[in-house]
Amino acid sequence: MVGHGMTGMLGEDGIHVDMNHLKKGEVNLGTSIMAINFNGGVILGADSRTTTGAYIANRVTDKLTQVHDTIWCCRSGSAADTQAVADIVSYHLNMYSIVNNEAPSTQVAAALFQELCYENKDMLSAGIIIAGYDPKHGGQVYSIPLGGSLHKQPYSIGGSGSTYIYGYCDKHWKEDMTEQEGIDFVRGALQEAIKWDGSSGGVIRLVVLTSQGAQRHLYLPDNGYTGPGVTN
Amino acid sequence: MNHFPEAWGRPRDDVYGAYNPLYLQTTGPKAHTQSPAVTGTSVVAVKFNGGVAIAADNLASYGSLARFTDVKRLRKFGESAIVGFSGDVSDMQYIDRLLESIDIRENYSTNGNTLNAKNLHTYLSKVLYKRRSEFNPLWNHILVAGFDEDKKPFLSSADLLGTTFSAPHLATGFGAHLAIPILRRLFPEETPLESISKDEAVAALRECIKVLWYRDARSLDKYSLAVVTEAGIEIQEDQQVEAQSWAFAEAIKGYGAQVN
Amino acid sequence: MTSIGTGYDLSNSVFSPDGRNFQVEYAVKAVENGGTAIGIRCKDGVVLAVEKIITSKLLKPGSNKRIATVDRHVGIVSAGLVPDGRHFVSRARDEASSWRGVYKGPIPISALSNRLGSYVQAYTLYSSVRPFGVTAIVGGWDSEAELAVDGQVGSGPKSGSGGKVEGAKTGGPGLYMIEPSGLYWGYYGAATGKGRQAAKAELEKLDLSSGTLSLVDGVKEAARIIYVAHEDSKDKEFELEMTWISSLDGPTKGRHEEVPKDLLEEAERAAKRALEGEDEEEDATKGNSNETERMEE
Repeated sequence: MVGHGMTGMLGEDGIHVDMNHLKKGEVNLGTSIMAINFNGGVILGADSRTTTGAYIANRVTDKLTQVHDTIWCCRSGSAADTQAVADIVSYHLNMYSIVNNEAPSTQVAAALFQELCYENKDMLSAGIIIAGYDPKHGGQVYSIPLGGSLHKQPYSIGGSGSTYIYGYCDKHWKEDMTEQEGIDFVRGALQEAIKWDGSSGGVIRLVVLTSQGAQRHLYLPDNGYTGPGVTN
Repeated sequence: MNHFPEAWGRPRDDVYGAYNPLYLQTTGPKAHTQSPAVTGTSVVAVKFNGGVAIAADNLASYGSLARFTDVKRLRKFGESAIVGFSGDVSDMQYIDRLLESIDIRENYSTNGNTLNAKNLHTYLSKVLYKRRSEFNPLWNHILVAGFDEDKKPFLSSADLLGTTFSAPHLATGFGAHLAIPILRRLFPEETPLESISKDEAVAALRECIKVLWYRDARSLDKYSLAVVTEAGIEIQEDQQVEAQSWAFAEAIKGYGAQVN
Repeated sequence: MTSIGTGYDLSNSVFSPDGRNFQVEYAVKAVENGGTAIGIRCKDGVVLAVEKIITSKLLKPGSNKRIATVDRHVGIVSAGLVPDGRHFVSRARDEASSWRGVYKGPIPISALSNRLGSYVQAYTLYSSVRPFGVTAIVGGWDSEAELAVDGQVGSGPKSGSGGKVEGAKTGGPGLYMIEPSGLYWGYYGAATGKGRQAAKAELEKLDLSSGTLSLVDGVKEAARIIYVAHEDSKDKEFELEMTWISSLDGPTKGRHEEVPKDLLEEAERAAKRALEGEDEEEDATKGNSNETERMEE
């Protein structure tokens, strides 16, 4: 008999489904995500692979999610969890801008994300990077890892693929980069992550947040991640 | 068909026998207690003549990954108390906000914040004990440094179970194993506090942090150091472990019989 | 139209046929009897001051404060029923703390005033309650610095965040006045209580809208204005209570605090001097100072 906590075993009749596996294995954003500060604002970047186990459920996923005009986040962990959290934060930021007649700061977004991730830590599997731009504070990057702590960072990397690029990022990071240098840094790092992490892959998506608003970029694997570049 | 979604699409009882409901429990016994995710390692502190010195490195680990290297784990409370946190960083931030709300409430009266380190330690130990009694502990071991109501140096610890302990020198985590013996040798139990100077205390902490850097695999060579005296709090963040001893590695060859 | 005997003033939440809520107007009367309270919005901070009438010689001087601190960066002073003022402050503290609970930072002065306005207004709607017998002045400083999220660790780039826009809105002084009806406006200078007419007249002379008055000068003006406003009730003794909130690089570092004793005393001495000088000139024109008061009502 299969007891508590046992996983993955099928009974003799072949119909004892492992419930635990069904939940845990679901749709996971085994991912490479990052966000950086540069001299004009922030850049967010992500790969596009979503997996269920070894199967690629979606090869062109968009893991960069807008929660306000120039506040975006990169999602890693459970797709369902992080989408739900982002939707809730998006709603609150929308309400904030209406009630207070003023766009929310990145701090407000980070605080809302943290509250949700911290208070529900035993139910969530979510690692989120928040990056935003506002005229007063400029660009800002916040990271909320698994337990729901909040870290302000010059740049942040996350997801399973990030472990392969700690060295790359530490070596190549510099402050006050231009927009093009920033884009090259993010693209270079994500290329490495995609190369070494089986759970990361597909295209590289970027979002650049500046005083000009949000600008999407796309880089495809079949041309060595050189283009097409700006897409919207 | 019935109204129980968990039974939909499942084999019929009359064919296969009743379904064993154990399989519907996905996690076994309900585990309300959490485990820490992003953590800080040791905090060390020592009392001296006229105050307390306390130190902790600037690392927040994610398992064995040195995930965040600029985390300040010494937190100021009012003008004369410091709390040093080891353990879960998200819970540290929760406690930090709790302390901030207390400080705000204290400032409603014109006397300002009159809570001393001893009051603070009593409060925190009760918060920690209450949470462990709810089977939802705040995963921290903290040291509180400052003064008691008689303006005497105060140093005490409280852990995730609400256990409290007080001594002239204290350390959490690996520090309890590695730093305490050093501090005991430098300042034996019977040493009167009056004979320990601030500089001696600070030097001792720097030495402890160095040994922890040598021997604690979850430590960092960048640390913060705070000194609480009658005059107030001095915090130095971004300190670097200096005067390290590695050159003797040259003389170490092989692991036994080998000589070159 | 008088309200007496019509029956339309017997309950809150009842309009008179010409569209007035008498209970609210009576509450305003309670305010008009209270000691004068003022607020001045200076370029680098806000001053709050109140004329605290001494009702008994048995009260300890300097005790029973009338200006309260909310969060760290806001002060509230009110004229009217003191217990109502205390309850109002208690609500303000709850609002500020609830804001912190959600957004992990200090509540903007405008948002706090908005919430308090709504709270006071709700007390005009129900027959089971009476309106607030206070007009409150809310003064505070929205931080001009990069705000941290409460409890956050780590920091951004050492060189500072990129892409900041020069001259973007970055906090500053905030001053609001909330009346028993729930009505509230933002002000350059606000006055309420018994001597409000005289105080308003003095505030208008300061050209506050130009945003040039410094905080320290504001303290002195505030003291003088309270003394001027006290002229009409000279028979009663009073204490001057003053608090201020400065910019982050100013004397209070963005916090709401009492004006230090020496500065307060200096301002009081200057106020008394100014008043003595004025008395000599003004003797001739006295007598019609009450007229403007009548016209307003």
